[in-house]
Amino acid sequence: MKNPSLSSTELPMAQSAADALARAGFSRRDFIKGTGALIVSFSMGGALRTLNAQQTRAGAFGEPAAADSPPANEVDSWIAIASDGSVTAYTGKEELGQGMSTAQMQLVAEELCVPFRRVNLIVADTSVTPDQGVTSGSQSHPTNFNRSNLAGACATAREALLQLGSKHLNIPEDQLVALDGEIRSKSDASKKVAYAELVAGKKFALKVDPSAKRKPAGEWTVLGKPIGRPDMPAMATGTFEYAHNVRVPGMLHGMVIRPAAVGANLMNVDESSVSGMPGFVKVVVKKNFVGVVAEKTWQAAQIAKALNVTWSPAPELPKQETFYDHLRNQKQTRDTLLVNSRDVEQKLAEAATVVKATYYHPYQMHGSVGSSCAVADVQGDKATVWSPTQGVWHQRATLAMLLGIKPENIRVIFRRGSGCYGINGADTVTYDAALLSQAVGKPVRVQLTRKDEMAWENYGFAFTIDERAGLDSQGNIIAWDHEAWSPVLGNRPVYTYPGNVITGFLAGFQPEEFRPRSPAPEPANFSNNSNAIPSYVVGHVGGADHGAGKVKSERALLHNVVSPFWTGPLRSPQRLQNTFAHESFMDELAARVKADPVEFRLRHLSEERMIDVVKSAAKAANWDARPSPKPLATSAAGIASGRGISCVAYEGDNGYSAMVAEVEVELATGKLTVKRIVVSVDAGPISNPDGLRNQSEGGALQGLSRALGEEVTWDDHNVTSIDWRTYHSLPLGFAVPKIEIILLNRPDQPATGAGETAITVVAGAIGNAIFDATGGRIRQVPFTTERIKAALAG
Amino acid sequence: MDVDPTTPLLYVLSDDLGLRGPKFGCGLGQCGSCTVLVKGQAVRSCITAVESVLGVEIITLEGLGTVDKPHPIQKAFIEEQAAQCGYCLNGVILTAKAFLDKNPKATEKQIEEGMSRVLCRCFTHTRMLRAIGRAQKEMAR
Repeated sequence: MKNPSLSSTELPMAQSAADALARAGFSRRDFIKGTGALIVSFSMGGALRTLNAQQTRAGAFGEPAAADSPPANEVDSWIAIASDGSVTAYTGKEELGQGMSTAQMQLVAEELCVPFRRVNLIVADTSVTPDQGVTSGSQSHPTNFNRSNLAGACATAREALLQLGSKHLNIPEDQLVALDGEIRSKSDASKKVAYAELVAGKKFALKVDPSAKRKPAGEWTVLGKPIGRPDMPAMATGTFEYAHNVRVPGMLHGMVIRPAAVGANLMNVDESSVSGMPGFVKVVVKKNFVGVVAEKTWQAAQIAKALNVTWSPAPELPKQETFYDHLRNQKQTRDTLLVNSRDVEQKLAEAATVVKATYYHPYQMHGSVGSSCAVADVQGDKATVWSPTQGVWHQRATLAMLLGIKPENIRVIFRRGSGCYGINGADTVTYDAALLSQAVGKPVRVQLTRKDEMAWENYGFAFTIDERAGLDSQGNIIAWDHEAWSPVLGNRPVYTYPGNVITGFLAGFQPEEFRPRSPAPEPANFSNNSNAIPSYVVGHVGGADHGAGKVKSERALLHNVVSPFWTGPLRSPQRLQNTFAHESFMDELAARVKADPVEFRLRHLSEERMIDVVKSAAKAANWDARPSPKPLATSAAGIASGRGISCVAYEGDNGYSAMVAEVEVELATGKLTVKRIVVSVDAGPISNPDGLRNQSEGGALQGLSRALGEEVTWDDHNVTSIDWRTYHSLPLGFAVPKIEIILLNRPDQPATGAGETAITVVAGAIGNAIFDATGGRIRQVPFTTERIKAALAG
Repeated sequence: MDVDPTTPLLYVLSDDLGLRGPKFGCGLGQCGSCTVLVKGQAVRSCITAVESVLGVEIITLEGLGTVDKPHPIQKAFIEEQAAQCGYCLNGVILTAKAFLDKNPKATEKQIEEGMSRVLCRCFTHTRMLRAIGRAQKEMAR
């Protein structure tokens, strides 16, 4: 593949556009607000289409945007065209390593009909970009690549440019075409006008028109192509600026001192224990928050280590050995019914066979390879922070609470961190840096220690999951009951909960309150955001079927309980855990009726896109159609081989994936080798096939690491998985299976999530392959060698 | 340069010299993010006191090649699009460089083993190993 070698830093500020504005005498913010800006006049007249008035929020979760953020329904919030013809686009959807910047630049180039290289992208900066909430939950693709937000703004602008060009050239619009940053006559190439001539430095002053015509996928020349990431050369040559590399004049270095035990309170800090040390600047205490500031990083580390801090005793943590039962035994629960046909018990009683199984998933961590880092410069009542946060506007709102500064006086600038996969330490370390900076009145950089990153982050949810199903005499599923217990504490801070992460909590803010609720209210609206509802049921809520399957008798019930540790979204939150249970259980059901696992799935699915991903993965893997387990045929070395399948309709309808895994198991020891993984992915129209492959390959292997080794561990008072010896991530050199990615392009469908589908199906596929090879069923993640061996023993 | 001689080399490179290649990952020598080349060896700069490398040539990722003139390994990583967040690339590329210099004819299996102490949490393993193989061929020319 040929890759464009663009600028060597991260998608730099579009100087041309910014300069044009500056020369015109106004800032970007003024520009958007319309104070004194030139306005291109459009005679939309009869052509003016119904505007979507509720588009105040560019995100996806329906929360209102920050009042002073660039409005999502204004074209000018998203794009500006400079006098040199370059296009600057503004987005709240960040580059976290998933290739989203490249795909968004492709989108802008495609819809506006300008060369890719002429597009600059400004990512997540509260001084200039719209409030798109957080970059998470596989929402970037559906949010910005359909009809509203960035895609809608570009399509609206292209139509406006055609209209302006028509007026300028005195040629009817239908005889014009937008190409290479110009409006041209279709019949006479000499008749043309550049966008810059039409609009440079001026405002569009247009509402984003959701009915503006998107270019059909069949006509794409930039979007849909495997364009290489412009940031790749800088990353490969060590010149890329991460949050970790931000250097501000006069910057000091901070370190934090977390409690000696979970739940311990600060008793005393003896500043004299460190005040004479080299580089010492200050000890900062705010309630239970303790940090130190020094001139250099190493000095700060030494001081933090030497500081004499006394903590109160803390209550004992629940025992890890019995934790899954502990979840089930909690008196205080918050119950949610996702689907309930109210006849499940009756159908189970009528069933020819009832099958039950319980599955366990541990807390897992984001475990960013680079511990989280941020730089904050708090001066009086103003603050600027450089943060790898997934949501700059959320960060701004909660920083305001933490610092007691008005939100409008805070600027949060996104700088890429180490891959986060959800809420790692990015938000909390930004609070750390801000609190320390405020205390010393100078810019402070904080990078967490490995232990502080791992011991206090918001872990991915642990789960205990009961599955029950009834089978009729023909071996068809007639009822499915899913009941899960999962602990929660804190979450993303969003706009109002700095206490949802450790630093905010230590500094005196409470996490979002746990509100017990039992019994659960009947489901009013269908949502399969958590994939608690199996793919094989009808999902009947509010008088209609929304599910991907055919089973009519259904119940999915979640009991949230209070977690001893902080929790939050980790790549495919809940969906991965629930899908592991559903897909393992589906395999158990197929085995019970001696059906082929692929055929058994297809028999119970109704959603065509699910059927297609299952069929395409099976076909590409040359699926060996027969019931599992495979008749035992071990090699001379005592190695059994097998294959397994797993699939998901991600969040119900936000992407589809199926995986076939082929494994070998050494029967004497339980040693597992994954030989081959075939993944099919449907994310709607493919915006960048190479990017989607990269995401799917990474998702498959990250899923493998989570399935085989990753588990948060603890003792009576503390997390004990605090580094890479105690938290087991598959290193670069493990025997990497052969991976094949099958991309199903759906140019006629809306864009869906793409980053979290493949990872969701891994544990199920591997567990099912182990069962196929050995007849041993493994129901607890991670599948350690010991657990596999135990499963083999039955 | 006036620094505490016990300071880990990493802090001198990233704080005092402002280099962006070597990065703090774990501070324990476990992940590889901080790797630099010292006399051709991949060394973990987060656990290497600066006093132990006085007067020795140290090569960081930015010293290996540039955007305009990348080293064959860097070039291969760009061509294979072998990164996601890219934070670990420093350790991956420099570890591969030290390994390939010593083992120019290594098999795929040996390359995997040579890379086994490096972490990539985005799990870009497949592409990274492919890029290293590609660079190996290029470097043999």
